[in-house]
Amino acid sequence: MSLDTSKVASTNGTTAATASKPSKIGGVATWADDRLGLAGAMRKNLRKVFPDHWSFMLGEIALWSFVVLLLTGVFLTLWFNPSMGEIHYEGSYDQLRGITMSEAMASTLNISFDVRGGLLMRQMHHWAAMLFIASMMVHLLRVAFTGAYRKPRELNWVIGCLLLLLGTLEGFTGYSLPDDLLSGTGVRAADGFLKATPVVGSYMSFFLFGGEFPGDSIIPRLYIVHVLLIPGLLLGLIAAHMLLLVYHKHTQWPGPGRTNDNVVGFPMLPVYAAKAGGFFFIVFGVTAIMGGLLTINPVWKFGPYDPTKVTAGSQPDWYMGWPDGLLRIMPGWESVIFGYTISWNVMIPILIVPPLMLVILMLLPFIEGWITGDKRDHHLLQRPRNAPTRTAVMVSLMTFYGLAWAAGGNDLIAIKLDLSINQITYFMRVMIFLGPLIAFIVTRRWCISLQRHDNEKLLHGYETGVIMRSPDGGYSERHLPISDTAAYTLTARDRDEIYTVDGDTDSNGVTAPGSRVQALRAKLSAKMYEHNVQKPTAAEIEEAHHHAEHEHALEAGLDHPADGHQFDGHSDHTVEEAPLRGGH
Amino acid sequence: MSDSHHNTPAVVEEPIPNPGLPAHHWRPTDVDERAEKRAERQVAAFFGLSMVCAVLFVVAYFTLEIGDNFDTFAGLGASTVALGLSLGGALLLIGLGIIQWARKLMGDHEIIEMRHPAASSDEDRAATLEALSIGTEESGIGRRPLVRNTLLGAVAMTGLPAVVLLRDLGPTNAEIANAEEGLGLQHTIWKQGMRLVRDVVGTPIRASELEIGDLVNAAPEALFPTEENGYPEIEGIPLQVQKAKGAIIVVKMEPQDITPGEGRENWSVNGILCYSKICTHVGCPISLYERTTHHVLCPCHQSTFDLADSAKVVFGPAHRPLPQLPLAVDEEGYLIAQSDFTEPIGASYWEREKQ
Repeated sequence: MSLDTSKVASTNGTTAATASKPSKIGGVATWADDRLGLAGAMRKNLRKVFPDHWSFMLGEIALWSFVVLLLTGVFLTLWFNPSMGEIHYEGSYDQLRGITMSEAMASTLNISFDVRGGLLMRQMHHWAAMLFIASMMVHLLRVAFTGAYRKPRELNWVIGCLLLLLGTLEGFTGYSLPDDLLSGTGVRAADGFLKATPVVGSYMSFFLFGGEFPGDSIIPRLYIVHVLLIPGLLLGLIAAHMLLLVYHKHTQWPGPGRTNDNVVGFPMLPVYAAKAGGFFFIVFGVTAIMGGLLTINPVWKFGPYDPTKVTAGSQPDWYMGWPDGLLRIMPGWESVIFGYTISWNVMIPILIVPPLMLVILMLLPFIEGWITGDKRDHHLLQRPRNAPTRTAVMVSLMTFYGLAWAAGGNDLIAIKLDLSINQITYFMRVMIFLGPLIAFIVTRRWCISLQRHDNEKLLHGYETGVIMRSPDGGYSERHLPISDTAAYTLTARDRDEIYTVDGDTDSNGVTAPGSRVQALRAKLSAKMYEHNVQKPTAAEIEEAHHHAEHEHALEAGLDHPADGHQFDGHSDHTVEEAPLRGGH
Repeated sequence: MSDSHHNTPAVVEEPIPNPGLPAHHWRPTDVDERAEKRAERQVAAFFGLSMVCAVLFVVAYFTLEIGDNFDTFAGLGASTVALGLSLGGALLLIGLGIIQWARKLMGDHEIIEMRHPAASSDEDRAATLEALSIGTEESGIGRRPLVRNTLLGAVAMTGLPAVVLLRDLGPTNAEIANAEEGLGLQHTIWKQGMRLVRDVVGTPIRASELEIGDLVNAAPEALFPTEENGYPEIEGIPLQVQKAKGAIIVVKMEPQDITPGEGRENWSVNGILCYSKICTHVGCPISLYERTTHHVLCPCHQSTFDLADSAKVVFGPAHRPLPQLPLAVDEEGYLIAQSDFTEPIGASYWEREKQ
C-alpha cells in the first residue's frame, strides 16, 4: 500500500509546530507572557512526554473522582444543615414524617426527596468516594508491584500513602454526617475507640463530643473536618503528588527504544491532554450513571440515630472494614494495672495495628533501598516476577488485608454460607498469622518459576504447538525463537546484585563501626535475592540458539520452521519469512 | 561512600542489543481521506449526542416530579434515574468523543524525551550550600546561642496557647460527674425505686406480665416524665445522653437456670433479670437474644453474653460482663430498680476502676 503522507496532520511532527503568522492565540499568549512570563516553563511542558500503559490510568481515576467529589460536595453543602438540633421531620418521605430527628438527618432527607437532583448528587458523591479510595488502593498496588516507588520516587510514595489515609478519614467523616442509625452506631464505636486510649481516653472522648456521648457537637465538628480541613490537606498533597510526577517524569515499561535514560510516549499537547481530559468526562459520566441507577446509603431506610437501637449486620463502608474485622477476631483481653484499665481488645486492632500497617507501607521503599544498597535512579518498571521478594511481601500484606476485611463480614459470611460465626472467628484468628506467611512463600516461588519460564523462552524459543515425528517414531514439540523485540523486552532488566560487606576491619584489626549492621544488611540482601533467576548472558543465548539449530536439523525432518499455518491459507507470511516474524 | 562504589552492577554485555524504537505505522485515518472524514463524523456525533443528553436533562428536571414519587423506577425516583442517565450520557459522550478524536485524528508519533537526574547539578548544590552558609553566618545564629535558644524557646512556648485554646472543646468527665445526678461515665439516671418502662411507649412493666423466655427492651421511667410520675422534663441532648446510658434489657427465665453472681442473689425477681443494653466492648446496643441458651449477641462485633450467668462473656472481643441492674417490685407489682448500676456501663476507659 502506498502512503499518502501529505494528508498527515502537521502535529505528527516530533517538534512543536511553529506559528507561521500572528494568530489570535498568539496575541493572547503574548499579552499573558508579557505579564506572567510563563513561556519559559510552558516551552518545556506543553510537549512533555507521557508514556502510555493502561495501568497508568488507575491514579487518574483517583484524581478525577476527587474532582467529582469536590463538585458534588459543593452542591450538597447548599442544603445540608450540620446541626444536631432536634426537629420534627415534615418532608415528603411518608414513613418518617412527624418523627423527631436531628436537623442533619432531616436535611439529608430533604436533599434526597425534596431537592430535584439531590438524591442523584448524594449518590454520585458516595459512589465517587468509593471510587476514589478503591482506585487509590489499586494504584498503590500497581506502583508497588512494578517497583515504581524506588529512588527517586520514595517521597511521592509516602505522599500517596498519606493520601490514602486522609481519603479513608474523609470517607468516615462524610458518611457519619447524615446522623442516621447506621452511621451513628459507627460514631458510638469510634467513641469506644477513643475511650480505650490509655491515660487520655475519656478526655479525648469528652472533648470531641463536647461532653458526654452523643452531645450536640459531633456532627458540626465532623462537618468542618469533612468539608474544609481534610479536603484542604488532600488538595495540597495531590498538588505535591502531581508536581513530583511531572518533575520526575513518569516511569515506563522497558522495551525497544525505551531505556532508563529516556521517556517515550505521546506529547502532553495534544494527545495526552485530550486523553486525560476525555477520561475526566468518562469518570464523571460513569459516576453520574451509577448515582442515577444504583442506590447507595439509603439513610431513609435506616432511620434517625437512636442510641438505644441498632440493626443487625451493622458494618462500616468497605474501606473501614479491615480494622473492624481485626476488632471482631481479637480475643477479649483487658488488664487492670495499678487500678488503671488497659483495653487490649480495642487498642491492638484499632489504635496499634492500623497505624503500624501504614508506617510499614510508607517505609517499604526505604527498607528495600537500604537492603539492596541500590543508590541509582530507577525509571524503568519491573515486572512483578522479576522482584520475587517484593512481590511476595506485597501479596503477603494483601492477604493480611483481605483476611482482616473478610473477618469484618464474619456475620454475613455466617448467614450466607450457613456457617458458625464462632468457627469463622477462630479460623480467622489463626489464618491472620498463617495466611500472609503461606502467601509469601507461594508467591515467591511462583515468581521464580515465572522467571525460569522467561529464560526458557529466551534460550529455547516459544512453544509452537506443532508436534513433529522423527523418522524413528519419537514425538517432540517444535520450539521457535521469539522475535528480537520480545527477546530484548524480556532481557531489559537488571541483574540482581547482592550487597556485600568489605573492609570489616581496618589495617589495625579494629572492627569498623556499624559493621554488624552492615553484615545484617548483606545477609538480608542475600536472602532477598536467594534463588532468583538471572537473565542469561549473551554467550548463553548464543550457545542455546546454536544447540537448538543443531537439534532441529536432527529431529525435524523439515528444512524450514513451521507454525502450523504455512499450508492452510491463514498465513500472512511465506515459509521462508517465518523465522523473522515478531510478536511472540 | 563505598556503597555506591561496589553496589553498582558490573557492566556485563547485554544479551540482546536494543533494537531501537519500532517504525511508526500509519493509521487508516492518516492515509485514507474517507476514513478520516468518517472518524471526524463519529467524533462530531458523540459531541452532538452529548448536547441532546444535556437538553434531556433539563427536560427531565422540569417535567418529572419528585417528592411523593421517589421510588417509581427501580426503587429510585423517575427523576433521579432520568437525571442520572442524561447527565451521565452528556458527560460520557464528551469523554468518548475526545478520546476517539485523540486516537484517530491527532498525531500518533511517539516522541522521545531524555530524562535528567532528579538531583541538582553539583555546581548548583555547592552554590546553594554556600548561600546557606553565608546567610547563616550573617544572621549570627551559630555564634549567638543565647538569641537562638531563647527564640526556639519562645516559638515552642506559643504551642501552649494553641493547645490550651482547645480546652473548652468540652467539659471533662470529672467536671460533669459532680455537676448533676446521673451525669458522667460512672452514673446513669437509674436510682432506687425508679420503674422500668417499655422503651418506645413508656408504660411500666408488671412482673407478672412477663412470660418465661421474654426479652423486653426497656428504659428508665425518668425518660418519660408525666405529671403522674413527677419526674422533671428532659428532652434534646440531655435525653439522648441518658438514653445512651440507661437502656436496659429485661429477660425472664426459669429461676433454676440462673447462676446468681456473688452478692447478686436478690437482684432478680421470679427469674426476671435486668442488664445494661450497652455492650462493654465499644458501646453498641446489644439486641440478638437466643432464648434457649440465654445468650445475647452484639450485632456490631459479635460479643456474646450469657444472661443466666451474670451476663459473662462467652464469646467475642468484649472482656467484661454486661452490668446488671438490681431489681425489685413495688407495691403495685411493677418492676423497679434497687439502685443505679453498681459499675460504669459501656466501653472501658483508663480510669474506669478508679472511681
